[in-house]
Amino acid sequence: MSIIPNWLHRLSSPKNFYRFAGSASNWFGWIALSLMVAGLYYGLIDSPPDYQQGDSARIMYVHVPAAWMSMFVYVVMAGSAAVGMIWKIKASTAMANASAPVGAMFTALALVTGMLWGKPMWGTYWVWDARLTSELILLFLYLGYMALRSAIEEREAAARATAILALVGVVNIPIIHYSVEWWNTLHQGPTVTKLDKPSIHISMLIPLLLMAFAFKFYYLSNVLRRARCELLEWEQRKLWVRELVGGRSGE
Amino acid sequence: MSEFFHMGGYAFYVWTSYALVAVFMLLNWIQPGVRERRLLRDIARRLERGER
Repeated sequence: MSIIPNWLHRLSSPKNFYRFAGSASNWFGWIALSLMVAGLYYGLIDSPPDYQQGDSARIMYVHVPAAWMSMFVYVVMAGSAAVGMIWKIKASTAMANASAPVGAMFTALALVTGMLWGKPMWGTYWVWDARLTSELILLFLYLGYMALRSAIEEREAAARATAILALVGVVNIPIIHYSVEWWNTLHQGPTVTKLDKPSIHISMLIPLLLMAFAFKFYYLSNVLRRARCELLEWEQRKLWVRELVGGRSGE
Repeated sequence: MSEFFHMGGYAFYVWTSYALVAVFMLLNWIQPGVRERRLLRDIARRLERGER
C-alpha cells in the first residue's frame, strides 16, 4: 500500500492530468465568469458608497481579491514546486510553473489598483511602507521564478532551482500579512480576516467575497490550461502526445 | 446613469482600476490558448515530416 491514494497517483500521470485539466478548466472558467458578473453587479451598482471614502472604496472589490490571490497563488506555487522537486512529479512542477505568470499578474494588479486607490485617499500613489514594499518584493519573486525557469534548459535542474527559490520566498508571505501590525504603515489593517468579527458591512462583504471567489476560479481555470501547455511541451515525443496530435490531424 | 459613470468624482481612479483588471485578466486568459494551439500545430508538422 502506498501512502499516495490510487486516484491521485493515476491523475499525476501527464496523460491523465492533461485530459482532466482540460475539462476541469472549462468548468472553473464558467464558474469564474458567473461569479464575476454577480460580483461586478453588486460591487459597482448594488452596494452603497463608503461613508468616508465615497465611491473610491469600490476599488476594494478588485484590489483586495487581487492581493489575497497574490499570496494564495504563491503558496500553491511553492508547494507544488516542492512536491514536483521531491517526488519528481511532472504535473506538479507544471502546476508551479503555470502559477507564476498568473500570480505575477495578481500581484501587479494589487499594486496598481492600490496606487490608484492611494492617490485620492492618501494623496500619493506610492510610499515605501512595509505593506507596499513587501508586496513589491513578491512581484520580484514571481518574476525571478519565471526568469530562472526559462534560463535553465534541462527540466529537472530547472525544477530544482525554481523550487528552492520559491520555498525561500515563502518567508515573505507572513511578512506581507502581518506588515500592517508589525510596522507603523499607511496601509489600513485587515477588516475581513480578523478572528473575532469582520468589521465590514454585509452589503460590502457580499461583492468582496463574490469577486474573491471569481478570482480564485479564474486562477484555477487559467493555471490548468497553462499546466497543459507545459506537459505538452515536455512530453511531445511521448506516445500519448503523438496519438493525441495524430488523432486530431487524422480527422 | 451619468452619476454611475461619475463615481462621486472618483471616476478616473475607479474606472482605470477596473479597466486594468479587465485587460490584464483577458490577456492572461488568451495567452495559454495561443500557446497550446501553436504547440499542437508544431508537433503535428513534425509528425507529418515523419520525425519522432
